[in-house]
Amino acid sequence: MSGFGADLFRLVLKRLGFGLLTLIVVSLIIFGAVELLPGDFAEEILGQGATPEAVAVIREELGLDQPVVTRYFSWLGGALTGDFGISFGNQRSVAEQLGPRFANTLFLALVAACISVPLAVGVGILAALYRNSIFDRLANITTLTSISSPEFFVAYILILFLAVMNPIFPSLSNVSSGLDFGTRLERTMLPALTLTLVVTAHMMRMTRAAIINLLASPYIEMARLKGVSPARVIVRHALPNALAPIINVIALNLAYLITGVVVVEVVFVYPGVGQLFVDSVKIRDIPIVQACCLIFAATYILLNLTADVLSILSNPRLRHPK
Amino acid sequence: MSDDLLVKIRGLKIEGRSDDKWNEIVHGIDLDLHRGEVMGLIGESGAGKSTIGLAAMGFTRDGCRISEGTVEFDGIDLRKASASTRRDLLGKRIAYVAQSAAASFNPAHRIIDQHTEAPMIHKVMPVSESQQDAKDLYERLRLPDPENIGFRYPHQVSGGQLQRAMTAMAMSCRPDLIIFDEPTTALDVTTQIEVLAAIRDIVEQFNTAAIYITHDLAVVAQMADTIKVLLKGDEVEAADTRTMLSDPKEDYTKSLWAVRSFAPPPKPAIIASETPVISVKNISASYGIVPVLFDVSFDIHKGRTVAVVGESGSGKSTAARCITGLLPPSKGEILSNGIPLPGNYRKRNRDQLRQAQMIYQMADTALNPKVRISEIIGRPVQFYTGLTGTARRKRVEALLEQIELDPAEYYNRLPPELSGGQKQRIGIARALAAEPAFIICDEVTSALDQLVAEGILRLLDRLQRELDLAYMFITHDLATVRSIADEVVVMKSGKVVESGPKDEMFRPPHHPYTDLLLSSVPEMDPDWLTNLLHERGVENLGDAAAASM
Repeated sequence: MSGFGADLFRLVLKRLGFGLLTLIVVSLIIFGAVELLPGDFAEEILGQGATPEAVAVIREELGLDQPVVTRYFSWLGGALTGDFGISFGNQRSVAEQLGPRFANTLFLALVAACISVPLAVGVGILAALYRNSIFDRLANITTLTSISSPEFFVAYILILFLAVMNPIFPSLSNVSSGLDFGTRLERTMLPALTLTLVVTAHMMRMTRAAIINLLASPYIEMARLKGVSPARVIVRHALPNALAPIINVIALNLAYLITGVVVVEVVFVYPGVGQLFVDSVKIRDIPIVQACCLIFAATYILLNLTADVLSILSNPRLRHPK
Repeated sequence: MSDDLLVKIRGLKIEGRSDDKWNEIVHGIDLDLHRGEVMGLIGESGAGKSTIGLAAMGFTRDGCRISEGTVEFDGIDLRKASASTRRDLLGKRIAYVAQSAAASFNPAHRIIDQHTEAPMIHKVMPVSESQQDAKDLYERLRLPDPENIGFRYPHQVSGGQLQRAMTAMAMSCRPDLIIFDEPTTALDVTTQIEVLAAIRDIVEQFNTAAIYITHDLAVVAQMADTIKVLLKGDEVEAADTRTMLSDPKEDYTKSLWAVRSFAPPPKPAIIASETPVISVKNISASYGIVPVLFDVSFDIHKGRTVAVVGESGSGKSTAARCITGLLPPSKGEILSNGIPLPGNYRKRNRDQLRQAQMIYQMADTALNPKVRISEIIGRPVQFYTGLTGTARRKRVEALLEQIELDPAEYYNRLPPELSGGQKQRIGIARALAAEPAFIICDEVTSALDQLVAEGILRLLDRLQRELDLAYMFITHDLATVRSIADEVVVMKSGKVVESGPKDEMFRPPHHPYTDLLLSSVPEMDPDWLTNLLHERGVENLGDAAAASM
């Protein structure tokens, strides 16, 4: 066991190292891409009254007159210590603006995950158990339809049914720090449901496929020949062996819950990172755009690392070496 | 005697689904099994043995269905019974032991948890009691460390031990009937004997009835009270074991019995001064940092067969990989007609590559299913001999004739349109296409039925005499060795433990390991296992095997 623990620790360290490397590459790409954006902040902010002199003054104030390489390294150095710089828009620190927004986005993702993951895995298991039945087909069609529709469309349909025709949830999700948990949850519900509909299909279909894939295995036949009931065959004999692919898909979708919320947050005017991101792109507030991108990338990398570790832990051959 | 009857099958017909229609694969079988009786079901692949065995449990695999007939277990009609009634019987009163325990134990759970599952769900005994019972059974089945072995995961236990643990699992509810579906086919001979003895003991102790499915006649002779011979879903004949062995009535049964008698005439002695076709000199090799071969040497002469025998993991196939250059040896060298060959096949020229060809165990996977026979054989013909166009076609046709397949019929076929034996023949033709002096045959008959395997052995023998070929014949089947080898190399743990002419090898005194291998090969005598166990000392069978290694 101790040998395995040490091996796992080494693996996690190695993956973290690779993750950091990836992040640095990503930071280069982000910085480069933002550089390539047409227009610049100074011109954007001055609008019609942009004289070359005024533009030059603002550029100097914000350090935009420095060479690209210098700016990249001073930004990267800051980012590594948690200092993402000062927002161009309102002169407040990026971290200060981003912090509460990111907390909101995490809350939304968490609510969506708490609904979608059990739902997807549960429906996936049931679909595998009653494969090719009406239930299976219905589950497949419903989830496929919801994943095939654009997010904003799903969002508006939900608003129509759950806010306009039956006023159960508010259609605007203006959460703020002063709200109690219940109200906050209520206001988060519609965006969370939209996200649920978007991510469930993928996870549910993978759960179903991973389980069905195993049903031809000799050990499943053995379980049946021991008189084990169909439900127990699926849950006890097939599911534990299907965990690795399911975990990976879940991680991918959780990452999407954080990085893919832009449209949903805009539709519901939810004060999360996505909103901020869109607003900042509009006004060329480069430090915020860069920080958002970096957070998104880090989320992907961390969730995938977690999935890898969990996949390994779900494999008894690796957990209990000879 | 009717209340003594446990299984009563009448007119059983089973259909299998292929190409979108149902085809009958079992054509009306009757079967009676009494309490405590062990019946052997034997036949070649496709005979329907496993299908019938499973049907006796009221179970059919996906894509199969029982179309007619009745299956009664202790008076319960399994075809009419509800799914939950059948589930109540399965595991509790009827148990199953599968061919590959390694594949049939769930990798995600500990062995003992799988053992106690059936007693728990059938409410036969509480888990704690069942665990204690499992340990007792492990001890009776002579598993090492019976107290703790159950708390391991399946991958932590060897194949032979798992097979015994599976037998213990089948016993967990003390069933009335156990179906053994080729339980020792995947095991080495030395391991097989332990499992056979364990199964026989425990079935006797608990007076369990059993259906023992196998294609190995010598095994069934040890295990069964009665034997039923099957061919393509029909019963050929049935009788008690001794009658069946001494006095088979049907020609098909006689032909099965006769397979082991293939004995080609002996060849003249080797001329000592002649340079061997292939000479392996003090080869050592490793996979990564794991050493697998240690100082292996042997010679193979023109027109001779050297059989390399040993258990799985003994280094037989690794030695072959060294000769072909797939695994460059870390020490030693390989001489072809006295000239050293480069260790890595990439550094060998076309003529050196031509010298050593291979025929594989699984003809199924060794032939590309999407490539026609004409191309499978034609490509090496063109690559090694430079023939093209009509000349190439003529050569491929000649090769097909050599392997006794009609060119007109087979030239344009695809591998999936061939039987197992025919595929193996194509594998032979592909090796011959290079016009080699030496062919490595890696377990070429072990995936085939006995009659088909015999045909392949006869073909290889004929080709050897016609073309003066040298064979390296890798096998774990000593019956095959006895029939076709000229010399034998016995390997164990990557070393050669004994080598020499066949006649010497089969004559005592042997190296203790050779002795263990030889004495472990089941014989057709129904008293063979009993006598052998007696000789080795029944009580410490496992120890005897371990001590002599």
